[in-house]
Amino acid sequence: MKHARIVITGVGLTAPNGNSLGEFRRNLLEGVAGIERIEVRHMGQQLAGVCHYDPLRYQTKKEVRVGTRAGSISVYCAREALLDSGVDWPATPKDRVGIYIGCTEHGNVETENEIHHLSQFNYDTKFWSHYHNPRTVANNPAGEASLNLGVTGPAYTIGAACAAGNMGLIHAAQMLRLDEVDFALCGGVSESIHTFGIFAGFKSQNALATHADPHKASRPFDKARNGIVVSEGGCLYTLERLEDAQARGAKIYAEIAGYHVNSDASDYVLPNPVRQAECVRAAIRRAGLEPKDIDIVNTHATATPLGDIQECEAIRAVFGEGCPNTHINNTKSYIGHCMGAAGALELAGNLPSFTDLTVHPTINVDDLDPACALPGLVLNHPRKVAKVDTLLNNSFGMLGINSTLIVKRFVR
Amino acid sequence: MTKDECKKVVTDIIADIAPDEDLSTLKPDVRLRDQLQLDSMDFLDIVMELRKRHGIEVPEADYIQLASLDSSAEYLTPKFNALAAKTAPGRG
Repeated sequence: MKHARIVITGVGLTAPNGNSLGEFRRNLLEGVAGIERIEVRHMGQQLAGVCHYDPLRYQTKKEVRVGTRAGSISVYCAREALLDSGVDWPATPKDRVGIYIGCTEHGNVETENEIHHLSQFNYDTKFWSHYHNPRTVANNPAGEASLNLGVTGPAYTIGAACAAGNMGLIHAAQMLRLDEVDFALCGGVSESIHTFGIFAGFKSQNALATHADPHKASRPFDKARNGIVVSEGGCLYTLERLEDAQARGAKIYAEIAGYHVNSDASDYVLPNPVRQAECVRAAIRRAGLEPKDIDIVNTHATATPLGDIQECEAIRAVFGEGCPNTHINNTKSYIGHCMGAAGALELAGNLPSFTDLTVHPTINVDDLDPACALPGLVLNHPRKVAKVDTLLNNSFGMLGINSTLIVKRFVR
Repeated sequence: MTKDECKKVVTDIIADIAPDEDLSTLKPDVRLRDQLQLDSMDFLDIVMELRKRHGIEVPEADYIQLASLDSSAEYLTPKFNALAAKTAPGRG
């Protein structure tokens, strides 16, 4: 079966170290991390990646008050992506636009806030907000974007833990190929830092990062890594069928080359390197490529002691031999773990490599863990390379959901 | 509480729930919905804030009394005064 070619034509993002692709990329090349200390309810000061975009650029004060942080991030990213795409938005048929947003979770922030609020009223539920349900439904982030943009096509979220960012793009590509929509806004968002539960949960798992210097806290592959830095963020893309993009003279960042999604079926939280390797291999096969054809592998590694080793085992199994030109990096070392936004943001951070022929490094590796010493790992300093034609992005999540997305340089 | 003071209470609440609106030209005798971008959830906000901030309950059947500032003041002022009398110190 011959599939329509799908291309990326716009990017809108907010990350802890940048509110546009240009700013984000510059900071990735200059080694600028974006982690700070914030006050977390019941837990005091914690390390987190915070986004500093201006919500009022695209929302009214009332929209911000009524909506959620994830909804606000979605609106910002969607509007930025549309602007970047150069599409004639007023003339675009809104019933043929789809919004597909990956989320790790949604609703925890609002529920925690509401329970805290209720505690001020002796838990009398007549003070429970009438906004609770529209704020906590799982489709909220996509729904808020549809309201803001007037999109009347399908708009919903995809729950896939921390594999969700990739899943937004994958699902959009599928929907474009099925002719369900003509234009897609897709990717992932996260508002996780506004819930204490995620911090407390990781702490109870002994998986919450600590470090005297916030910018050094997220350190995948370093021997002294001690866990995850929780971050918020968002990244949405505009995806189109190639013929539509070309017909309107759109700039093309990259073409979707292949993808795969599978499940470990082995543990709630422990990754499974065998299934991860299967996922990566299947994506490469479906892209019509071989491992040696992959120029950049962006890892999922979150800086947990075991998780990093497991992923490295999977990558070694696929790329261990015969792939001298495969460069491996990690973006969480700058921005922490943006959860549902992670896959989409990390892909974006690497897209400029197609034109600047530079691989952004993994920072904060002062003492490389031998168990993570993959050949091709780009450590601490950007690497100039002769060619970048393909980029493979891994995103894995709890309950054993794995996603691999491959994009390639667009060639007519 | 006077009716003007009551209108100020309602206007303060509206300023918080509709922060983009200019309330300086609000006409007290015209329906709020005809002057402001308010939907049914916003009216529930007014009811909720009256409850939270002032301990005033507005039953659903009476929501229509909140249509304008004038009708709100007409309806709410006696409630505020009754509440004040009930909680006044030294009440015998």
